[in-house]
Amino acid sequence: MSERTKILIVVAALIVLLIVMQFASSFVILLVTQALVFAILAMSLDILLGYTGLPSLGQAAYLGVGAYLTAILATKYGFGLGSSFWAVIVLGILLGAVTAAIFGLFAIRASGVYFLMITLALGQCVWGLAYRWNSLTGGDNGINMPGRPNFGIDLAHDMTFFYVVFGFFVAALAALYLLVKSPFGRSLVGIRESELRMRILGYNTWLHKYIAFIIAGAFGGLAGVLWAFLNGLVSPEDVILTTSVDALLMVVLGGPGTLVGGAIGAGVVVFLREYLSTLVEWWQYALGGVYVLTILYLPGGLMGIPERIRQRRALSAPAEQAKAVSVSQ
Amino acid sequence: MQQPDAQPVLELRSLSKSFGGLHAVQDVTIKVLPGDRKAIIGPNGAGKTTLFNVITGILPATSGQTVLFGSDVTSWPSHRRTALGMARTFQVTNLFPKLTVLDNVLLAIQGLRAMKFVLWRPLSSYRDVYDKARRLLQDVGYWDRRDVQVRNLSHGEQRQIEIVLGLASDPKILLLDEPAAGLASGESREMAAFLKRLDPMLAILLIEHDMDVVFDVVDHISVLHFGEVVEEGTTDEIRASTRVREIYLGTG
Repeated sequence: MSERTKILIVVAALIVLLIVMQFASSFVILLVTQALVFAILAMSLDILLGYTGLPSLGQAAYLGVGAYLTAILATKYGFGLGSSFWAVIVLGILLGAVTAAIFGLFAIRASGVYFLMITLALGQCVWGLAYRWNSLTGGDNGINMPGRPNFGIDLAHDMTFFYVVFGFFVAALAALYLLVKSPFGRSLVGIRESELRMRILGYNTWLHKYIAFIIAGAFGGLAGVLWAFLNGLVSPEDVILTTSVDALLMVVLGGPGTLVGGAIGAGVVVFLREYLSTLVEWWQYALGGVYVLTILYLPGGLMGIPERIRQRRALSAPAEQAKAVSVSQ
Repeated sequence: MQQPDAQPVLELRSLSKSFGGLHAVQDVTIKVLPGDRKAIIGPNGAGKTTLFNVITGILPATSGQTVLFGSDVTSWPSHRRTALGMARTFQVTNLFPKLTVLDNVLLAIQGLRAMKFVLWRPLSSYRDVYDKARRLLQDVGYWDRRDVQVRNLSHGEQRQIEIVLGLASDPKILLLDEPAAGLASGESREMAAFLKRLDPMLAILLIEHDMDVVFDVVDHISVLHFGEVVEEGTTDEIRASTRVREIYLGTG
């Protein structure tokens, strides 16, 4: 499939989503918006996991700093509820990037499982701050948002807010797509495939990984700002390990190294979680089962399915022919 | 051949590398001038690959100096040495297995260009980089197979791509770590012919076990044994040396 066809399929899918949303119930609108926010987080993580080969287990930290920044500015200073919303978006992205720039100094030295452990520890530090720093974060109770911004356009309507989140999602997807096709993005893939070779080819691989880490943090911060306004409540629950694990599993489920896979994974996880939890009590086992089956039988995630079908066909075609020949003989 | 006062491209000054009590490389001094073709031979475990790893900055030196184009690079990271004009290949093929032949070469070419940090423009829009990749691949006859993933190439073909990646940065000195490793005899003859066709001003430092390739390609040999240079000289001198024969046959 050519690159052009792939882009057209994605654009068509986005248009279909926009059309379907016209007829969706308010509950579904909220769920889709939530899925889009987590899709931004998952895609940011895919830059690390899928493209650079860095399994970060602390991506919720950037969502967390973005969300808490938004909540604190809104409740303490009433900032971000008018047209200053756009300023909060920029600040959230910056804070995500700055946090990643600090964390990256510790994390990028390590690789493989050690990288995973360090990002896990750093993520837990953010959770600890959110949980303990009562005067700033409201501790366990979190912070209730005073409402969504209104800058001529009132984002209080879920559908209006959906359009805004949809816009940010498309922008993030486009920016990250451009990134992975750029010389820099290709260098990340090279690092994933063989870091030693990249160093010998003249790449300062530490710097490339560090920049990728900061970019992923920036998009995580963006997701955080949107999450705060969507959910109306920012609590330690948002930065807890489970959220980081969820993001990781969305990428694995959808297909690492595909960008779009992270978005699909986010959609599947958000919907499965919401619907299953209303249907059965043991929904977490069902979700866990899906993950295990994906990792065992679909290492390329959902995005890997067409490729697998093609391979199977290619393998079975000569076998069929051989069978036909032996029968005719 | 070259003037004796030409600046060496690479100079090793009593370079040593120890792992605890094990002296893997001891007191190695070698000078490589522009266009020199030199080989380092020695039995398995003599420290040849360790020496390459120290020269290219993958491992830090314990003592001594590595001087590249007159700059002391002993404490430099690998990528800065590459920027000065050094390239190497690996004994165990070290490519980007899941990328295509073309992508492998493109990554190698952009390694020393500032555009490797560009985030907002697709790599495919850089005509000059593409043209160069095309030239490199046409020279070795791989242009038609540019879209094949490297992991689907044969071992011998991967060895050639190794060298293409080494050449992509236009190095002035190329370190080849057993380019003929695992090749059939016909293939290694081809490899030797390929190496002899390279730009005569390119200095080559070669590690190789296949003596036919060594004698064919280089004109000066250093023999490494337990990390030390025990013998050096022209190919004829080494061929005639009883010491070398003893080391290889184990009667020493």
